[in-house]
Amino acid sequence: MHSETPASLPLKMAAIGGLLFLHLPLALIFLYAFTTEEKSFQFPPPGLTLRWFSVVWFERPDIWGPLWLSVKVATLATLIALVLGTLAAAALSRAKFFGKDSISLLFILPIALPGIITGISLRSAFDIMSVPFSTWTIVLGHATFCIVVVYNNALARFRRLSGSMIEASMDLGANGPQTFRHVILPQIGSALLAGSMLAFALSFDEVIVTTFTAGQQTTLPIWMLNELIRPRQRPVTNVVALIVIAVTFLPILAAYYLTREGEHTGGTGK
Amino acid sequence: MPAAVSFQRVSRHFGHVRAVDDVSLEIAEGEFFAMLGPSGSGKTTCLRLIAGFEQPSSGHIEIFGQTAEGLPPYRRNVNTVFQDYALFPHMTVGENVAYGLMIKGVGRAERDAKALDSLSMVKLKGFEQRRPSQLSGGQRQRVALARALVNQPKVLLLDEPLGALDLKLREQMQEELKALQKQLGITFVFVTHDQGEALSMANRVAIFNDGKIVQEGTPNDVYERPRSRFVADFVGSSNLLPPEFAMAHGGTKAWTSLRPEKIKVVAPGEPVHGNHHTVSGHIISIQYQGAVTRISTDVEGTRIAAVVPTLNDIFKEGDPVQLAWETHNLVAMDAA
Repeated sequence: MHSETPASLPLKMAAIGGLLFLHLPLALIFLYAFTTEEKSFQFPPPGLTLRWFSVVWFERPDIWGPLWLSVKVATLATLIALVLGTLAAAALSRAKFFGKDSISLLFILPIALPGIITGISLRSAFDIMSVPFSTWTIVLGHATFCIVVVYNNALARFRRLSGSMIEASMDLGANGPQTFRHVILPQIGSALLAGSMLAFALSFDEVIVTTFTAGQQTTLPIWMLNELIRPRQRPVTNVVALIVIAVTFLPILAAYYLTREGEHTGGTGK
Repeated sequence: MPAAVSFQRVSRHFGHVRAVDDVSLEIAEGEFFAMLGPSGSGKTTCLRLIAGFEQPSSGHIEIFGQTAEGLPPYRRNVNTVFQDYALFPHMTVGENVAYGLMIKGVGRAERDAKALDSLSMVKLKGFEQRRPSQLSGGQRQRVALARALVNQPKVLLLDEPLGALDLKLREQMQEELKALQKQLGITFVFVTHDQGEALSMANRVAIFNDGKIVQEGTPNDVYERPRSRFVADFVGSSNLLPPEFAMAHGGTKAWTSLRPEKIKVVAPGEPVHGNHHTVSGHIISIQYQGAVTRISTDVEGTRIAAVVPTLNDIFKEGDPVQLAWETHNLVAMDAA
């Protein structure tokens, strides 16, 4: 859809202003990763250096524990979400029953609810059941909203997959697992990949739910939060922030291109 | 020899809806069998019962003597051509056709050769590498046909196979399907709401209404001798004469069907040759339809339509006319 008249000047300015407001802070994080001043962030930076990258690599072993924990949690939460979200989408896209919309809403609710609510309720649930905090409590907390992302992506694709295609596969001799492998998976695969990449990125930088479900463990975002309070070696945080941007941004970009491609190949079935 | 498909008092209920209600039928091997009926009459559910997508609520189904209820679709030697073709969009035409063989574990070289044979049978040789989205509706339909036939099914099911095609293509496919069925000798069962299609292709027709078979027989049989007003009206068009009128004009005291093309229209006073019953009335409207002309008349307050070969403009609207028919063309029916 293209609008016919060009946008007015104030509208253009507003748009540019909005974009700058969103992305300038990111540029500053990038900039201060290279500053020579380690106690406070002054503008402009008094000098530029690559020193902090070597500090992160050689002098700060405390980074690697939280980084590994975050990768582990994000991976596990994504895997759980992938299985449960796909199954839920498969069921709700085909079945028709009373209360279907309500159930669909229940699936999406965790991402609409403030993280603090999810966090508190999970924490008290773990308390009541006397579940000790572990990697798995964080994973469960993250899975609640990761499922939503996978579910939404998969649901959109399942709706395009006509029911008669599955019947056709069975009719031609394929049982359930064979039909899944040869007919369903190839058609929902890119949506699942996109969903799981988004889920991974969401989990990787999550703070609020994590604070409530982590106990004494430190994930990377929590490590960064603690680091900001300390006066020394501040740019180290910025270097780690760059790493986080790289780890989360690249999958999201990939997800975007994958789903876009899926629309070209998947939408022309009829 | 057992029937290809046999239904014994089969019902399929969805909640309170009796989609198929106590249906018994036998389809012989090699038959081209049509299930004809309006939408919601149960014909498609019957087809799905044969394919295995539905299980009967009660009754017994046999396919070539083998009990079918409880067997999933992938264990039946039956293949389906779907109404929306249901081709797999992520596969090429060749892969689509070879799918059934791949699932069975047939080697690549053999299944490619068989897929090619099957595609040339439906005149689509050279299309193996295309995607379904690059084909026209008629071509997709042929791919769906090839994909089903490559498995050498004992029964081929066709669900409204020609519904989505335009008229010219539909007529062509009717001929081809019929020729293909003759050549292969496979039992074809097809579902349609188009009576023309059913009459022109099938050896035998079952007419469905409200989940029941209301009449079954050869196309000629159901057309010439409809047993109920529903059949007379649904298969072709017919004049439904009320009992009193029928009795007064050569029939019996029952609802009676009189096909429009069995009626002769002549000017008043003109002699009619042969053993005809004549009545007089006047013309209400004349519809020119090319080769034939449809003349609607009023005879003693009853509307009677006649279809006659188009000649010159002998008649005008409002003219008095004589209608004549041989009394054996009056077919007495049940009241329903």
